[in-house]
Amino acid sequence: MSIRGKAYVAGIFEHPGRELPDKTTAQIHAESAAGALADAGLSFSDVDGYFCAGDAPGFGPLSMADYMGLSCSYVDSTEMGGSTYVAHVGHAASAIGMGKCKVALITLGGKPRTGGQGPGGAGRIGTAPESNFEGQWGIPGAVGGYALAASRHMYEFGTTSEQLAEIKVAASIHAQYNPNAFLRKVVSVEEVLDSPMVSSPLRRMDCCVVTDGGGALVVVAPEVAAQLPGTKVKVLGHGEAPKHTSNGRIDLTHSGAVWSGPRAFSEAGVGHADIDYASIYDSFTITVLMTLEDLGFCEKGKGGEFVSDGALVSPGGKLPFNTDGGGLCNNHPTNRGGITKVIEAVRQLRGEAHPQVQVPDCQIALAHGTGGSLGTRMGSATLILGQEDS
Amino acid sequence: MSTTAETGPLPAPEPDPNTEDAPFWAGTAEGRLMLPRCTRCATVIWYPRQFCSECSGQDVEWFEASGRGTIYARTVVHRAQGPWRPAAPYVIAYVELEEGPRVLTNIIEVDPDTVQVGQEVRAVFVAAGPHKIVRFTPEAGA
Repeated sequence: MSIRGKAYVAGIFEHPGRELPDKTTAQIHAESAAGALADAGLSFSDVDGYFCAGDAPGFGPLSMADYMGLSCSYVDSTEMGGSTYVAHVGHAASAIGMGKCKVALITLGGKPRTGGQGPGGAGRIGTAPESNFEGQWGIPGAVGGYALAASRHMYEFGTTSEQLAEIKVAASIHAQYNPNAFLRKVVSVEEVLDSPMVSSPLRRMDCCVVTDGGGALVVVAPEVAAQLPGTKVKVLGHGEAPKHTSNGRIDLTHSGAVWSGPRAFSEAGVGHADIDYASIYDSFTITVLMTLEDLGFCEKGKGGEFVSDGALVSPGGKLPFNTDGGGLCNNHPTNRGGITKVIEAVRQLRGEAHPQVQVPDCQIALAHGTGGSLGTRMGSATLILGQEDS
Repeated sequence: MSTTAETGPLPAPEPDPNTEDAPFWAGTAEGRLMLPRCTRCATVIWYPRQFCSECSGQDVEWFEASGRGTIYARTVVHRAQGPWRPAAPYVIAYVELEEGPRVLTNIIEVDPDTVQVGQEVRAVFVAAGPHKIVRFTPEAGA
């Protein structure tokens, strides 16, 4: 039993806005949904499965199904932070494979840059069972936990700030070609190292952008895909895993990707050498470095060497990544980058990435999401996609 | 064991004790670091709760820990938020207690830039409203 070939990504849409003060969160979800459905050649009335997460306003899937007038036989409001939307593709394929729905709509949207409601999960942190032991230390948003993980990685493996900077540099090289990217300026390792320290060892340019925005995906059954005119992308495999503090024995040197990755590769029936392009969640530079190790693209502790010398730059690098500019430069809508990871992987497989960063004959792509905190508890989700006939 | 310090320059948000972790806060009020241990498999539990995630046991006993530990990871916060902004730079760390758990905390009474992974530290009890929270400071000479 697997989801390989049970579903296709038929529609994608990344909201072009990065500052949306005059739109509501629900509106951003709906505009994104409309864009992805139009891309697929479908309409709202075709949707029978709806997938969202903590950024959906109000009662989540109930409020948004109401807003958009959806009639659904299946809904899923999994909450694993920014990794959720990568996992949702696997969930949608599973539901489609079991006959629960045929046209699954996945949406994300929010406006942390210009104000408005934060993702639902954030509002509940005060009631978390761990809050008495984590809320007293002045952890500065997400960066604090990721900085702790970077600190330990540097201690154990000798990883350097210069190596982390290479990741931002590669993202910035890609972002210059994306007219919607929030930051389009190409930066150097020196400029990253000269940016202000936020929470050591992470500097401002080690951090993703904070943007309003949204995105949507449409995942359909094979018989629906066969009726649609556009280029579809085949779902080959997915894996997911929460990682937690392990009863206070937390190991900060790895992410949940050590579990989600092998599950996805196994289900897809492909190996690392088959991956032509990778979307790697880049909330911070350290997120990318550790994920590459954990997914097995290099040995644990060797991520710093792996990312050096333009390895992530497209085309030509040994593992082209985040060709839209990623969360580091392009977009991190509502502080959650999972959906944009899937969107750019689909663009690559369709041959629709910007010509300057398109991977030639991209046949198989990986998208990985990381949610929550690398410093405490997190969600990891890995998705492997292929060309329509793969 | 450990000494008690006055509230330092860092904000000290009040915990909100509940029925599961009340013995921890009763301990800190007396300057004692009390930890829960599973009565079935003897695993020391962190964060404090009445559930052992090792063996799924739901009975715990409380014992007094040494208050000594070693820094497992640390960050110096330079750009802080809200009430923490004027306190920067300050240190957040995971301290690995002698008893096993790695606990989130602040390292205080120290030059932030001198704090290193592997450094030995000891507990300091800091007033936070009517309660006391546990921060750590380098052992003398460490």
